[in-house]
Amino acid sequence: MLKYILPLVVALLLGVFLFIGMYRDPRYVPSPLIGKPAPEFSLPSLQDASYPVSTKELLGQTWVLNVWGTWCGGCRQEHDTLLAIANQKVVPLVGLNWKDDNRAAQEWLRQLGNPYAAVAEDREGRTAIDWGVYGAPETFLIGPDGKVLYKHIAPMTMEDWNREFLPRIEAARTAAGSKS
Amino acid sequence: MTNSFFRTGLLALLLAFGVQALAIDTEAAFDDPVLQQRYETINRELRCLVCQNQTIADSNATLAQDLRREVREMIAAGKTDAEIREFMIDRYGDFVLYRPRLTAQNFLLWAAPALLLLIAAVVIVRVIRRRAQEADIEPDGPEAGQS
Repeated sequence: MLKYILPLVVALLLGVFLFIGMYRDPRYVPSPLIGKPAPEFSLPSLQDASYPVSTKELLGQTWVLNVWGTWCGGCRQEHDTLLAIANQKVVPLVGLNWKDDNRAAQEWLRQLGNPYAAVAEDREGRTAIDWGVYGAPETFLIGPDGKVLYKHIAPMTMEDWNREFLPRIEAARTAAGSKS
Repeated sequence: MTNSFFRTGLLALLLAFGVQALAIDTEAAFDDPVLQQRYETINRELRCLVCQNQTIADSNATLAQDLRREVREMIAAGKTDAEIREFMIDRYGDFVLYRPRLTAQNFLLWAAPALLLLIAAVVIVRVIRRRAQEADIEPDGPEAGQS
C-alpha cells in the first residue's frame, strides 16, 4: 500500500511547492538590512545644498525613507498616496532623490506637492547602493533605535501603508516607550 | 572546396565566440591586466538586480554601471575579492551572487543531490534483495532455472 501512497504524497508535496512558487514575485528581493542598523548618510538637501540631511538627526524617532526620482513612473503613481500619508503626520517622510536632476526634482515637488519633511540628494547613487536599492520607488521604515524595520518595494498604496507600516510604527513606539 | 567550407565554419565559430568577449564597458577599467582580469571576473559573478537574468558585466542599466564603479573603486583601493563580495551581500543579499554560498538556510539544497542518490541507492538495494528472496522462495517461477 505504502508503495502507491508514497509517490503520490511526494508528487503532491512537489506540486504545492511549485504552485506557491508560481505566485511569488521574482522581482521582490528581500532586503538583508531588515533588523540591522540603517546605513548612515549625510547628503545635501535638494532645496538647499548648504543644509545637510543626516540620519544622525533622525535617531530617536521613527521615520520613513522613500527613494524616488522624476524619471521613475512608479514614483508618480504613488505620489498622491505619499501626500496623504504626510497629511496623517504620523511619522516624518524623508525623501532620497536618486540619480536625478536637481531642477527637475524641485519642479516635481512644486507642481505635485511636497510630502517630505526633508529630501536628500543622492546624485551619484552611492547612498542608494548602501541601502541596497535596486528599483525605485522603494520605501524603508526605520525605528527609533536606528534599525531598519521594514522595506516596501513597489509604488506605495494606502492598503500597504495601513497593513505593513502603521502596525510596525505602533509597535516601535510601544517598545521605545516601555524602555524609557 | 572543403577548405573554404572549413574556413567559413571557423569564421562563424570565431564570430560566435567573439560576441561573448565584448564587454559593455567602452574602455578597460585598469591598465594592469591582472586587475582588469579580477574586475571582469567579479562583474561576471554579480547579478544585476534591475535586469535579473544578467550579470552586472552584461547589463547597461544605471544600477549595473554604478555597481561596476563600486567594484572598480574597491579594487583600486586594494580590497580583496572576498571583501568586495561581502560588500554586495551586505546590501543586496545572497541573491546578488551568481555562484551561491553554502549557508545554513540553503544547506539542504546543496546536500539534496547526495541525499537523493543515497535514498535511491537504499531503495535499489532493498528491491534487489527482495527480488532475490522471492526467487529463492518460488522455485517454480519462470526465473528459477536462470539463477
